[in-house]
Amino acid sequence: MPFLANFPFFCIFIMMASGVTSSMLSGKNAFRLNVIALSACLAMSLSLLFYMIGQPQRITYMMGHFPAPWGNEIRFGPVEALIASVFSFVMLTSLVAGKGDIFSDIASRNVNLFYVMINLLMASLYALVYTNDLFTAYVFVEINTLSACAVVMAKENGQTISATIRYLIMSLLGSGMFLLSIILIYDLTGHLLMVNIRESMARLWADGRYRLPITIIVGLMSVGMAMKSALFPFHTWLSPAHGSATTASSSVLSGLVLKGYIILLIKVYYRVLGLEIVADLKVLNVLFVCGLLGMIIGSLDAIGEDHIKRMIAYSSVAQMGYIYVGISLGTSAGFLAAIFHIIVHAMTKPMLFSAAGGMADASGHKYHFDELKGAAYRNPIAGVAFIIGSLSMIGIPFFAGFGAKFYLSLAAMTNPGKMWFVLFALAVSTVLNAVYYIRAIGMIYSKKDVDVTRHKNPLSYNIGMGVFIVANVMLGLFYQNIVDIIQTGLKFL
Amino acid sequence: MGPNLLSNYFETASMILFGIGFTTLFLQPNLIKKVIGLNIMDSAVYLFLAAKGYIDGRLAPIVVNGVTDMEAYINPIPSGLVLTGIVVSVSVTAVSLSLIQKLYKEYHTLDMDEILTKANKEAER
Amino acid sequence: MSRIKDALKKFADGDFIITTKRKKNPRRRPSTHHEATLKERYVVWHEEKARSFFKGMYISASVFVCLTLIGILLITVSFLPPFGNPSNPVNNEVSERYIEKGLEETGAVNIVSGMILDYRAFDTFGESHVLFTAATGVMLLMRKKKKGKEETDKFSPRRDPIVKNVAKYIIPFLLVFGIYIVLNGHISPGGGFSGGAIMGASLILYSSAYGYRKINKIITEKFVKRVTFVSLLFYACAKGYSFFTGANHLPSGIPLGEPGAILSSGLILPLNICVGLIVTCTMYSFYSLFTKGEI
Repeated sequence: MPFLANFPFFCIFIMMASGVTSSMLSGKNAFRLNVIALSACLAMSLSLLFYMIGQPQRITYMMGHFPAPWGNEIRFGPVEALIASVFSFVMLTSLVAGKGDIFSDIASRNVNLFYVMINLLMASLYALVYTNDLFTAYVFVEINTLSACAVVMAKENGQTISATIRYLIMSLLGSGMFLLSIILIYDLTGHLLMVNIRESMARLWADGRYRLPITIIVGLMSVGMAMKSALFPFHTWLSPAHGSATTASSSVLSGLVLKGYIILLIKVYYRVLGLEIVADLKVLNVLFVCGLLGMIIGSLDAIGEDHIKRMIAYSSVAQMGYIYVGISLGTSAGFLAAIFHIIVHAMTKPMLFSAAGGMADASGHKYHFDELKGAAYRNPIAGVAFIIGSLSMIGIPFFAGFGAKFYLSLAAMTNPGKMWFVLFALAVSTVLNAVYYIRAIGMIYSKKDVDVTRHKNPLSYNIGMGVFIVANVMLGLFYQNIVDIIQTGLKFL
Repeated sequence: MGPNLLSNYFETASMILFGIGFTTLFLQPNLIKKVIGLNIMDSAVYLFLAAKGYIDGRLAPIVVNGVTDMEAYINPIPSGLVLTGIVVSVSVTAVSLSLIQKLYKEYHTLDMDEILTKANKEAER
Repeated sequence: MSRIKDALKKFADGDFIITTKRKKNPRRRPSTHHEATLKERYVVWHEEKARSFFKGMYISASVFVCLTLIGILLITVSFLPPFGNPSNPVNNEVSERYIEKGLEETGAVNIVSGMILDYRAFDTFGESHVLFTAATGVMLLMRKKKKGKEETDKFSPRRDPIVKNVAKYIIPFLLVFGIYIVLNGHISPGGGFSGGAIMGASLILYSSAYGYRKINKIITEKFVKRVTFVSLLFYACAKGYSFFTGANHLPSGIPLGEPGAILSSGLILPLNICVGLIVTCTMYSFYSLFTKGEI
């Protein structure tokens, strides 16, 4: 086993230890420690990714002295390494870009606690990406829930706290369902390890008598995860929570936290059930319909919104719909499209949120569009980032979002029964996306009787936004390479 | 329907409790009752797990007189899972109660709908 | 029926202005004949009836959701393997090894302790961090803005003689019992979590019997933070070491000792102590943050 195989374990432990250590530090030092720890994790994830590109393989790593069904283990291949790298990159960049807002929105005595939560959140995301054991996944899902709620409520005003309680309740319903489905699986198969469950599951499915309970269990798990990742009927908590939190929190929540659960769900479908069973499952049709409705209703809600952050948050609902549609096609092309969409959305949405935060800062902390007129002239770098992000989200060629929509429509071709629905919803949703993003761009670039004096950004904000812009442009130009990695990686997932 | 509904009476009871707890957490407007629902839901899951570990006529999994035979003890895994689950539910309950206390100080009510109406009015301003 | 038909006919004729007769509630609306547009009527309805209407919706939706969920779950239960049967799928090679080899491989007489702190230690490691996350979250929300000693003292429990005298005799026993449970976690029922909860309870009792000022002489915010920090960091180092050596197939070099003795079973005893300290501090800090807004 190469020494590199230790890196995922190091990432999890470094983030946890720096979380614990941050509780003893001052706010500034906690920020520094956080940046150092995240950069180390980013470097490790990237080196693991490059190693995996050279030699695609699947590595299992024992957590302790006992092999898999007895001890815990983590398992990773190219896809996990790619997603971990993207997550660390996005986390680092959005925290650097949002540093100014963190220190002004959150009471100074609580800043270090905020960083504790961020570190634990990142550790739990790593664990969700790498884990090979369902119960470990449950424990880290709970860490993720609690720390994500804490990251929202750190701003401490009435709105954020009422948004947090909605978020917390929905998350708890979701984790309750997830826990129940895990123990039902444990009862039926006798295992908690994903690989072993797959063997027993295949046997039970072939037996024929157990199809109904397996369908119900998978349905419970899917509904639980859908609640936590804001699929259409359960999306009401998302816009207040993401709209009212501080900028960095909104970026992290929409870019990463929602995705962590979906990655887990994809792993359950791909690794625990296998494509043969997934193709027969009726549950996927429910997810499919919800995803399609989400694509359209999320966009309609975004059109009706005049608060810039809440508009971007509703756009996330629509994007979640795209991802779930990709998953629910039930083919490997569908999973490819979903994973690629996760990466694109994780790169773009935090940039949009950071840009919105920067423009609001330049307009006296106002978020409504009539107050944001001309904000792009006051904060040019945020304006550029907003344009790039919007074009990518709409799906203009040469931007990453185009690739995501393109692969989703390619995947739709593999499932003839659902093809026309997907293509139709994609077309409608793209038009709707264009409506609200272009309206927003028009607003922030309108010059009519507004003050256009330059707002002085903190250095960290400019660095963060610059990195975001470069990364998104690069992603748009070279997305083919990312897709290739995912394609090879799916064989080892 | 499968054959084991009545012989699995512990599981049946725990599932009914789970449904009650879930619905309370989901649709009860009073926040404190929501937390109670959360605890009912979690306890139902622990009841289920505890029932799963039990085997007729065997002892708790603590080695007595050096006997390490599979036939002597019940399954230790569900007990460990319950232990982990209890700690998780304690933590979650503490966080939600602190949120509720804070909300009560802010809006002077425990009713979720009223809180949302007031928070929305605040957001409009 | 005829009234509905009339209303429909009026509506079809384009007559949107509806004459409302409010005989039932003359006090609120003095003009008995009030010409209201549809929107005004909606507002009035929303103020007067909507709440009870939605309450009714809530109740019927709850009953529906509850019964559907229970029905679905009961269908699943009916397929599950029968209760208490030794040949169920859960009693497989995993639990067999825990029971048959557990004593030899972990050195813990209590198989559950051996399982959660050695075989499946990663889960338990995550679990202690859940507690830490919750404690930090509660601190983030409940800590008061300014430290006001006088105000805190005003809400401090009165020194009730009965509680005080009972506490004087109970607290030492509680503490010793808690410590006993923590230290014997690997050879008898118990462990860090249960023992820690008992020790935390004794601290809470002390605080409510003798007042905040007295307990703050011993236990301050700094102290709680430091203890939690040191325990969690030790936990992370110990488990990190054992995970690293395990995954790289190196010997761990930690002696397991003689099963049944206090100093046995390798890392399980120190880890139980750490977990016990974390739980004690967390329980106490929950209590004190909720009651007085500071530790």
